[in-house]
Amino acid sequence: MSEKVRLATVWLDGCSGCHMSFLDMDERLLEILSKADIVYSPLVDFKEYPDGVDVALVEGAVSSEEDERKIRTIREKTKILVSLGDCAVTANVPSMRNPFGVDAILQRAYVENATVQPQIPAADLPPLLPRSRPIHEFVKVDVFIPGCPPSADTIYFAVSELVAGRIPDLSARARFG
Amino acid sequence: MRQSVRVKTLKIDDRDVGAREDQTLLEVCRENGIFIPALCHLDGLTPVGACRLCLVEVKGQRRLLPACVTRVEEGMEVNTATERLKKYRRQILELFFSERNHICSVCVSNGHCELQSLAQQLGVDHVHFPYRYPRLPVDASHDRFVIDHNRCILCTRCVRVCDEIEGAHTWDVMGRGINARVITDLNKPWGESESCTSCGKCVHVCPTGALVEKGRSVAEMAKRRQFLPYLTLMREGKQ
Repeated sequence: MSEKVRLATVWLDGCSGCHMSFLDMDERLLEILSKADIVYSPLVDFKEYPDGVDVALVEGAVSSEEDERKIRTIREKTKILVSLGDCAVTANVPSMRNPFGVDAILQRAYVENATVQPQIPAADLPPLLPRSRPIHEFVKVDVFIPGCPPSADTIYFAVSELVAGRIPDLSARARFG
Repeated sequence: MRQSVRVKTLKIDDRDVGAREDQTLLEVCRENGIFIPALCHLDGLTPVGACRLCLVEVKGQRRLLPACVTRVEEGMEVNTATERLKKYRRQILELFFSERNHICSVCVSNGHCELQSLAQQLGVDHVHFPYRYPRLPVDASHDRFVIDHNRCILCTRCVRVCDEIEGAHTWDVMGRGINARVITDLNKPWGESESCTSCGKCVHVCPTGALVEKGRSVAEMAKRRQFLPYLTLMREGKQ
């Protein structure tokens, strides 16, 4: 058990499409799980990001103060940090708000387009950063897997290499978009 | 009457090649199957050396030269794919991505984009420069076409095809440096342009999703530019 690779998956500001693509590995997940334990993920029920993670696949851009806090913790506790998908790699669709500013998009989402009780939430939601940005603008990233989403085959190849202790060469398999 | 053509011999990547004296390095490389990336160059349009992706090393020259506007010379020794050039080309592509809002996943040209496919081909897996996220307009005032400045890389193919092939010169460039933008007429909305003939050539030479046909959804905008070498050939009277 202790020899298995400690694998984490994280969901920041993304649509969960990369996680869906991860699940699309289907029965190949069992093969990966014979060599790795999932120690943290939105797909399992661990509340705290643990120490000593070998590989973390991170989906989504860094868009809120909470995202930023999380990604810094993840970096501290992880050997190999992987930006999974275009939102993590380029900030992608979350970045489309950047030219307009936080006030304008909150106004549009919670006031102009609200049908009942238009109001901008003041509590219980993490404050947005001025701009939504890719992960590597905050912390060092070791592997980039572009794609919206990366295909299950691409993720399978990357994760297989990573759990075998190798850094995957994705140049022929991944592209933006 | 055919004039006699002088032939030059030169070395490209340690290969001996022959070329007509009026040829550019880019033409000779492509004839000989030597890959050099380029986004502003398009066969049939006057080369301008705008994108800088085709920079090559020429022995005896301290600076790098753009292959698309450099004529062959006798005895030239050219390197097209050194590690330094590959690094610069990746950096140029990354600067294109960081300069405006290229969001491939929701772009009508996703999967048919020269910027996107070059980035993949040259191994760009992320952008090292901070993104600028400028606020840029989308002009959909034309009946059939749209210009999305978020996706424009200022290659000026549209400007040249409109001027040189269609003869309308609707397109031009306004502003300098980071503020430069392609415009129609004297910066009028495209739909109000008096010079535009709505021929659509600009749309089909555009390497990205900046100029597109109206009504296309994500990944639906494939460009057709077979017409260009044909039109150029006819115009020059060559058969």
